[in-house]
Amino acid sequence: MTKKIKNLNLNFGPQHPAAHGVLRLILELDGEVVEKADPHIGLLHRGTEKLIENKTYMQAVPYFDRLDYVAPMNQEHAFALAVEKILKIDVPIRAQYIRVIFCEIGRILSHILNVTTQALDVGALTPSLWGFEERETLMTFYERASGSRLHANYFRAGGVHQDLPKGLEEDIAKFCETFPKIINDLESLLTDNRIFKQRNVDIGVVTKEDALDYSFSGVMIRGSGVPWDLRKSQPYDCYGSLDFKIPVGKNGDCYDRYLCRIEEMKESVSIIKQCLAKMEKGPIKSLDGKISPPPKAEIKQSMEALIHHFKLFTEGYRVPKDEIYTAVEAPKGEFGVYLISDGSSKPYKCKIRAPGFSHLQSMDYLIKGHMLADVPAVLGSLDIVFGEVDR
Amino acid sequence: MKSLEDLEKKINSELTTKINHTEIKHNQIYIEIDKEDMLDVAIFLKTNQDTKFRQLIDITVVDYPEQNQRFEVVYLFLSHEFNQRLIVKYSIAENEVIPSLTSIFPSANWMEREVFDMYGVSFKDHPDLRRILTDYGFEGHPLRKDFPLTGHSEVRYSEDQKKVISEPVKLEQNYRNFDYESPWEGTKYIKEEIESNDKKN
Repeated sequence: MTKKIKNLNLNFGPQHPAAHGVLRLILELDGEVVEKADPHIGLLHRGTEKLIENKTYMQAVPYFDRLDYVAPMNQEHAFALAVEKILKIDVPIRAQYIRVIFCEIGRILSHILNVTTQALDVGALTPSLWGFEERETLMTFYERASGSRLHANYFRAGGVHQDLPKGLEEDIAKFCETFPKIINDLESLLTDNRIFKQRNVDIGVVTKEDALDYSFSGVMIRGSGVPWDLRKSQPYDCYGSLDFKIPVGKNGDCYDRYLCRIEEMKESVSIIKQCLAKMEKGPIKSLDGKISPPPKAEIKQSMEALIHHFKLFTEGYRVPKDEIYTAVEAPKGEFGVYLISDGSSKPYKCKIRAPGFSHLQSMDYLIKGHMLADVPAVLGSLDIVFGEVDR
Repeated sequence: MKSLEDLEKKINSELTTKINHTEIKHNQIYIEIDKEDMLDVAIFLKTNQDTKFRQLIDITVVDYPEQNQRFEVVYLFLSHEFNQRLIVKYSIAENEVIPSLTSIFPSANWMEREVFDMYGVSFKDHPDLRRILTDYGFEGHPLRKDFPLTGHSEVRYSEDQKKVISEPVKLEQNYRNFDYESPWEGTKYIKEEIESNDKKN
């Protein structure tokens, strides 16, 4: 007698702690083996691109914080660079160092979150408790510089909003001394951990060819052995003058990607240290009054400053007609902005290229043939944040 | 190809009739082609030993409602090998169907779904052309310039019906778009005069 076997459809999310946000994943299961995965995204869609088209260039910056909200300033960086290239303005050297420091802090923020929650998904609780304490310290650095722990709104076209407060440089330097020990602690919990390895080694393997075909970037492509990092290959701001290494994986599985992230955090600490050593006093934003707002004190004294202030905060600055694609190496991969300006003070079009979008798209390819229990492990190592996937 | 100039020459000589215009700016190459040639151009860019644009970074559309050919389709490519970026563009009218790149670049799948969702441009031979970012049962294409910023409908929980319902947007005050653009450049005829003078220079 033959019995007909029907595949089981399973709804994973949108309310699932391992879905890392609002992901609805429809899985087709044959027993415990996943046959097909169909991610339904868009539950966090806010129409960022439409909103940006209706705001001035300065008002558009906060929307970038809300994309990948675990590393806000990295996104702002891409937008600031795009506008700067069209306006053809230079960024003072101190501002470049400040921006790089905060981008690397963002990278550490993002990688801590990812490494520890991935460990949480496969059953280890302690790393997240240790890691989040460090994230808290880093977010206070964000707060001291920008006034806000998460949605910083700190980068501007032509520099940053304001100079670092007194004592912050020293505190970041202190953090750089203590943090490597925390990374080692995390590694001692995970790297040689038998359970962690069983859950991650040889899971979600991506070959070099497929990593290219599926438009992977960042750790996802480096984990598969492609030494590609925009900070090295297409340096922006002062990355060209800094000395750092690009960790590359061998097997392209979840475990290699975890190792890459750990190594990248160590490199980030070294980058921050170099920036702090090289940084000198100086201006922190473009001195062009048509683009950077004047200091508050000057407004009371100078007629010109008052006019500039008024014009910048009503009309905003105008950007000549042009189009450009600019990308930065965000913690999750290549984050790009395709900006079209039409000569007015608002962008005509601003397409945001989020790395998570193309990573999540490959879910079906990555998970086919794996067990149901591997879904959180693969999802964790993709490093998905729905703010940027859904935009 | 080592330099962008060489690459531009190479593309022009290999694809001759398929290329309408090439330009180098911001360290990237911009190429304009016709809709029919997209698949050939994409295969050439991906497989040719001197180009090796192995990655499709993104696909998007720009909406110019005042033009006859309303949509401009934009493809962004990246070559790791030669560390170069290339942008391919062509214009289409509102109801035209364009070829899908999914057979060449698997990653085009979601990008094309997004374009379909946001602009209503359809793709030929796409395996699974559904909406992706907007809600189930959404109507309209939000990134078109004639779609209002506030949208057409809003959802709320109805206490009477005990479920989430969708109804037309009701605003206490209409969305106001303040036009701050240079109020002191004076009346329109002065502005036009200044602009025509700018053009002469």
